[in-house]
Parts: sequence; structure tokens; C-alpha cells
Amino acid sequence: MEGSIALLGFGEGGWGPSIASGILVTVSLALATLPLGLAVGFFVALGKQSSEPSVKLAANMYTTIFRGLPELLTLFLVYFGGQIGIQKLGQLFGYTGTIEINSFIAGMFAMGTVFSSYASEVFLSAFRAIPKGQYEGGYAIGLSNGQTMRKVILPQLIRIALPGLGNLWMILLKDTALVSAIGLADILRQTAVAARVTKHAFLFYGTACMIYLALAILSSFVIDGIDRWAAKSGVKR
Amino acid sequence: MTESLVNARTPTVLRPPAPPKGWTRSRVFGYLLVGLWIALLLGLVVYLYSAWNIELVKKYGPTYLSGLGTTITLVGSSIILGAVLSIPVVLGRLSKNRIIASIAYFYVYFFRGTPLIAQVFLIYYGVGSFSKELQSVGLWIFFREAWFCALLAFGLNTAAYQAEILRGAIRSVPLGQWEGAASLGISKSVTFRKIILPQALIVALRPYGNEVILMIKGSAIVALISVYDLMGYTKLAYSRTFDFQTYLWTAIIYLILVEILRHLWDWMERRITRHLIR
Repeated sequence: MEGSIALLGFGEGGWGPSIASGILVTVSLALATLPLGLAVGFFVALGKQSSEPSVKLAANMYTTIFRGLPELLTLFLVYFGGQIGIQKLGQLFGYTGTIEINSFIAGMFAMGTVFSSYASEVFLSAFRAIPKGQYEGGYAIGLSNGQTMRKVILPQLIRIALPGLGNLWMILLKDTALVSAIGLADILRQTAVAARVTKHAFLFYGTACMIYLALAILSSFVIDGIDRWAAKSGVKR
Repeated sequence: MTESLVNARTPTVLRPPAPPKGWTRSRVFGYLLVGLWIALLLGLVVYLYSAWNIELVKKYGPTYLSGLGTTITLVGSSIILGAVLSIPVVLGRLSKNRIIASIAYFYVYFFRGTPLIAQVFLIYYGVGSFSKELQSVGLWIFFREAWFCALLAFGLNTAAYQAEILRGAIRSVPLGQWEGAASLGISKSVTFRKIILPQALIVALRPYGNEVILMIKGSAIVALISVYDLMGYTKLAYSRTFDFQTYLWTAIIYLILVEILRHLWDWMERRITRHLIR
């Protein structure tokens, strides 16, 4: 028992610092993915509820493809495919050296596409929950299309979509563990290195699970807080 | 006069506005986007055609098929294992005994709150590191095989999700159904089997379908613990040839698999809810 505390600690021969840096990488990757995924997801949802069939088709194809692919495969497609694509682009401009893609950026894009395809569904059902009268009311008092969206629809939309987006955040946090497969030093990667070196695999992988669990509990507190804050501005019933 | 009366009585029916004609801004945008998709798909087809290599297909085509078989058997058996394991978990979650209920709650929270890949590593590398102890109780044969470890991890994981699906579905059946059956003198177990469960399963069908699709997608990670499923053979083929089309073919296979399942589930749902359509 004492040996395990020393192994996980921050002292001599302890793996505490490297695991802590792994936590930092995991959290920053998830936080960096979130705005990208939310923005893309929102615009895809806008496309899906468009009255123009061609926009709808394009948006639906996006979701069908990225919800049907395994997350790990999406990650590899972005990582290896992006590498080859940039290499080809470089050759076109006469650059012949090897180009390496940053695994953090690759992870961010891959997780962002997966997140946005799920988020678009959440936003879409939130859009459908807002009555048409809200748009008409906005136009009736002389707001433009964009103003109605920004000042009337969006505040309600966010409140309705929050629980669904909270679930997606939890999924995103867990999915970031996959980037350890392309060599990013996140929680799972760091604990895997520690497990290989020290031969205490159960201890370190168990620790990794507990850290993910702690992050999930922490986020559920934060999401509850945001939920309460958003509900305050809603209609009192 | 009669004419004007008739006219006054027929309200003017407003037609929905006709779709805008000509090239509106959103139409141009939409056609551009669809054009982009078509160009991408055409590019994919052209690339796969130009990169067609019969040697490659002869060498790795059969392994892809056997990998697909591994994926399907692994997912199928872990879904069944999870369904069996989920029953005691649901009973625990619905139990009035607080200790049993909290154990079941922690089980569900743990398996839903941690990444599947970490669970697989914990079982394959973590439990596998106690080889001496496992040998002495005769379980080493089981934990030595990556396939069995993946099956166990997936089964435990999906049991937690399936338990929540089943619990939500059972809860969604109104209490009046229980009371109605009780007033007819039907015993509790018969009520559950013949009245509650059939109604709950209709509610649960769609989430179950989503769970199967999530498992198929999630099962790709067994490639990281050296199980040769579809993803495993793809990784092998790519590491030997550095040919990107190996990944593209896999993506197409996974997409087809998921789309088939999705349509199958839509059909099942339509069929099983026929009596509800009025």
C-alpha cells in the first residue's frame, strides 16, 4: 500500500508529475475541441432545419458519415490522411521535406467532427422545441433575421440544449482517451508508460479510471451550476 | 344576394407560401455544399479506382472479411453477455434496499463514467498482470487471451448502459398498469412478464439499437490490444504497405454496416408499433 502511494506520489520515483501533465493535456484537448464542435454543430443544425432541400441534404450527409464511423477510425483518417494530404500539397508548391501533423491538432479536429455531428442533433431538437411564434414575434417588432436569431432564439436554444450538450461533453471527455493511440501524452498514455516501466499495471490503469471518474463528477457539478444559472433567466412557471 | 352570402361564409383559405423561385442565396449555398460532397465522393471513387491494386486486394481482402467476422461475433456476444448481466443490475437499481441500490448505482456510474478503452486496458493489462494468482485459481487461460478480455470488458460496459436503458423503459410504463393487473388478481411476476415488459421493450427498442451501433463503433479499439478485428487487420495492412486506401476501405465497410443496422432498426420499430398507429 505504501509502495503504491510512493509510485503515484510526486516524490523520488513517483509518477505524480507525469500523470498530472497527462490530466492537463486531456482537459485542454477537451476544452479546445468544445468551441469548435459547438460552432460546427450549430451551423450543421441550421442547415438541417433549412427549407432549402439541398442544404438539408448536405447537412444530413455530414451527420450520417461522421456518426457512422468509429471514433478511432476517424482519428486515424484525420491523422494519417491529413499527413498525406499536406505532404501532397507541399509537393505541389515544391516543398519535399517530411511534414508531421501535430497529434493534438489532429485529435482536436477528429474529436471536433464527431462531437459536432452529435451536437447538431441536439441543437436540431432544441430548434424544434422553439415555437414559430418566437421568430414571427421577432420579425413583427422589426428585428432582422440575424438579430432574431441572436437575441430571441439563441438564448432559448442554449437553455433547451444544455442537458444534451452536457451529456456530449461527458462523451467527449471519455473519447479524448483515444488520442493516446496516436501518441499524445494524455492521462491514458502517461499511465500506460508508468505501467510498462513499473509493472504495476492494475494500479496505474485503475488510477487512470479513477481520474476520469473524478473529472466526470467534477464536470457534472459544473454542468449543474450552468443549468441552474440558465434556468434562472427562464420563464418562471 | 345569395351569392354574396355564400361568399361571406366561405373563409378564404390561405395557401402555404410557394417555395421561392430562382436562385436564392441559400439555394446557391446549398448547391455549392452538395457539389462539394459530390466532388469529395467522386474524388474518393477516382482515388480508389486509380489506386486499385489486385495484389493488395488478394493479400488483405480475405483478412478484412475475417476481421469483419471477428468484429460482428465480438459485438454480438458482448451484447448478449451484457443483456444477461444487466438484469441483476436493473434489479439492484430498482431495489428498495439502499445498500444493494447504491452498489448497483456505483457499478453503472463507474462503467459509464470512464472511457471504454481504459476499462479494456484495466482488464487486459491490469488484471492480466496478476498471472501467478490467476494461474493458481485456473483463470489464467481466460485472461491470457485478448479476445476474452475484450469480451469481458465490453460485456461489463454494455451491461451498465443496457441496465439504464431497461430501467428507464420499465419506469416509463405508467403505475396504473401495475395497479390494473393487481386489481385483476394477477401475480407480480406474471404482471411483469406479460404486461410491463412488452410495453417497456417498445420504449427500449430504439436506445438498444443505438447501443448496438455504439458497440460496433467502440469495438474498433480492440485493435489496440492486438485483437485482429476489422480495425486490427486494417492497422496491420497499413503498417506493412503505408497505403492509405486500407483505411478508406475500412471506413466504407463500417459505414455500410452501421447504415444497414440503422435501417433494420427503423423497420423493426415500424413493425412492432403497428398497433399504436391510429
